[in-house]
Amino acid sequence: MPAPSLREPDDAPPEDGPGSRRRLLRAVLFALLLAALAVPLLGQPYYTKLVARMAIFAIAALSLDLLVGYGGLVSFGHAAFFGIGVYTAGLLPMLGIRQAVVIVPAAALAGALVGCVTGAVSLRASGLYFIFITLAFAEMIFYIAQGLRMFGGDDGFRLPAATLLGGELSLGHPVVLAYTMIGLLLVFIYAGRRIAASRFGQVVVAARDDEGKLRAIGLSPFPGRLLLYTIASAMCAVAGVGFANLVEYVSPASMSWIQSGEFLFMVILGSAATLVGPVLGAAAYVGLEQVLSSWTEHWMFWLGVILVLRVLLLRQGLYGLITGRRGAGGA
Amino acid sequence: MSAGLLLEQAFNGLQLGMIVFLMAVGATLAFGVMNLINLAHGSMLMLGAYFIAAAAAWTSVFPLAFAAAVLMVAAVALAVELVIIKPLYRRGHLDQVLATFGVSIALNEGVIMIWGREAVYASPPSWLEGAVSIGPGFQYPLYRLAITAVASAAGLGLWLLLTRTRLGMRIRAGAEKGEMIGALGVNVGAMFSGVFVISAVLAALGGIMLGPLIAVQSGMGDPLLILALAVVVIGGVGSLKGALLASLAVGLLDTFGRMAWPALCGELIGNIVANASVYILMALVIAVRPAGLFGVAAR
Repeated sequence: MPAPSLREPDDAPPEDGPGSRRRLLRAVLFALLLAALAVPLLGQPYYTKLVARMAIFAIAALSLDLLVGYGGLVSFGHAAFFGIGVYTAGLLPMLGIRQAVVIVPAAALAGALVGCVTGAVSLRASGLYFIFITLAFAEMIFYIAQGLRMFGGDDGFRLPAATLLGGELSLGHPVVLAYTMIGLLLVFIYAGRRIAASRFGQVVVAARDDEGKLRAIGLSPFPGRLLLYTIASAMCAVAGVGFANLVEYVSPASMSWIQSGEFLFMVILGSAATLVGPVLGAAAYVGLEQVLSSWTEHWMFWLGVILVLRVLLLRQGLYGLITGRRGAGGA
Repeated sequence: MSAGLLLEQAFNGLQLGMIVFLMAVGATLAFGVMNLINLAHGSMLMLGAYFIAAAAAWTSVFPLAFAAAVLMVAAVALAVELVIIKPLYRRGHLDQVLATFGVSIALNEGVIMIWGREAVYASPPSWLEGAVSIGPGFQYPLYRLAITAVASAAGLGLWLLLTRTRLGMRIRAGAEKGEMIGALGVNVGAMFSGVFVISAVLAALGGIMLGPLIAVQSGMGDPLLILALAVVVIGGVGSLKGALLASLAVGLLDTFGRMAWPALCGELIGNIVANASVYILMALVIAVRPAGLFGVAAR
């Protein structure tokens, strides 16, 4: 057995991914990154926004992968934290706060707080109960947002002002937004790998694989899981700030259960417990959405069909298609 | 606040509770017997509502339309079970969640493809219109009473099926030890199909009865599904008794909460608390008993 290395913190046995396939994955990722960086230079707002959208959803999917893939914690309520980020970006400008250095940490903090509280309750349960409870908490937060009548209730409201990076740079500008979100995505990929390789990350992974054994050696999975849940919630809230600036609109729809399901779809489309898999999954999902919606107004129908086919037939995800191996985790 | 109003709210709460119960019992059965999470369950309620609207346009005889709608939902559910759900029984929860979520969004969009984006309206049969007087000075709509009656009858029928018939015995045994009952020569595959169709029909009954009361539109079943899942968590997964008690508690809590909380703590906070109360109850139950009120250890 080769020693676990920082480069491959995911726990699929390193030897079953052929080196050439690994290089292929690297090449694909590198090409995608280059493409993502090049597209905004074309000066076509439509494509720039598409790239920004991919990066935003990639962050959300990546954060969910930490839970689903590494923790084996299937959360069906992750969109709640996305929505918390959206509302933070929408509400703070009403207080005159527009600076990203305040809004982004505030969103992360709000996400972390809510994640820590709801996580402390949800993580007492496991398996099916955990799925239902995360869904129910997300629904609760959704209804709270819907109940904010002075902020448009169910209809939401227009983003009062774009988030300012500093000086003249505004996230309301698609190019700035795209590059910012790509930068954050890279930081979060790195952070995700460090988390997976860290001591508490290893404990959480071990708890996923065999909770009984972990308890037998005297370790409780709960603190690690709660920390992971809190971090993932904060990351997803940051993605929400980007989303509010992208669509320039704030509404409860950003935290609907459909959105949570879509995040899970992105994770699984790419394959869980790989970090880059969900990033690929998010990009593919956004691409699919664009292609399908330009082709038919009933694209949601075909998305559902594709989701079913993905689960029933394609069992390894995009990451697996490229590297020839499967991600782990989930249920 | 008059006694009449309180009584009316109690009836409304009871009725919401019974509809949620029809959903929750299907969800809890599917999990207890087949170890299946079914997020397409809300779509079955929605299909029931659309089918009764379509069938009512086609025949004016309400019982006939009712039967047609039930049969159509049963047919759709059977097809979904045979093609998509069957391979999922042996899969993990994540696969089940995703595939049934896929079925749900496909069905939600499917009804838009057939009936359009605008809400469809169904009307109650004329012999169920009007109100009845229950008690002095207290009128209650007959149709709403009928909903409660149908839901109660369905719940009773299910209870009789499960406790008084051979099939029910097998279903309960399957919920306990699925492999053993297969080894005893019971066709588990057919039994699972049966249970799936039964739970779909129970959900559809809710939709059929709600159809004339609310706007029939895509996704109408999803909030009720999520409410039902909260009920299942509160009552304990796999427990029918838990599902019934939690449904009624949730129905009453929600209905009275919408009246009481805004009066107690102001419009804004009150509305928020009222909307969140069911989930706060759920959180409290989980904090004390992670497996729900009547659940055995989580699986």
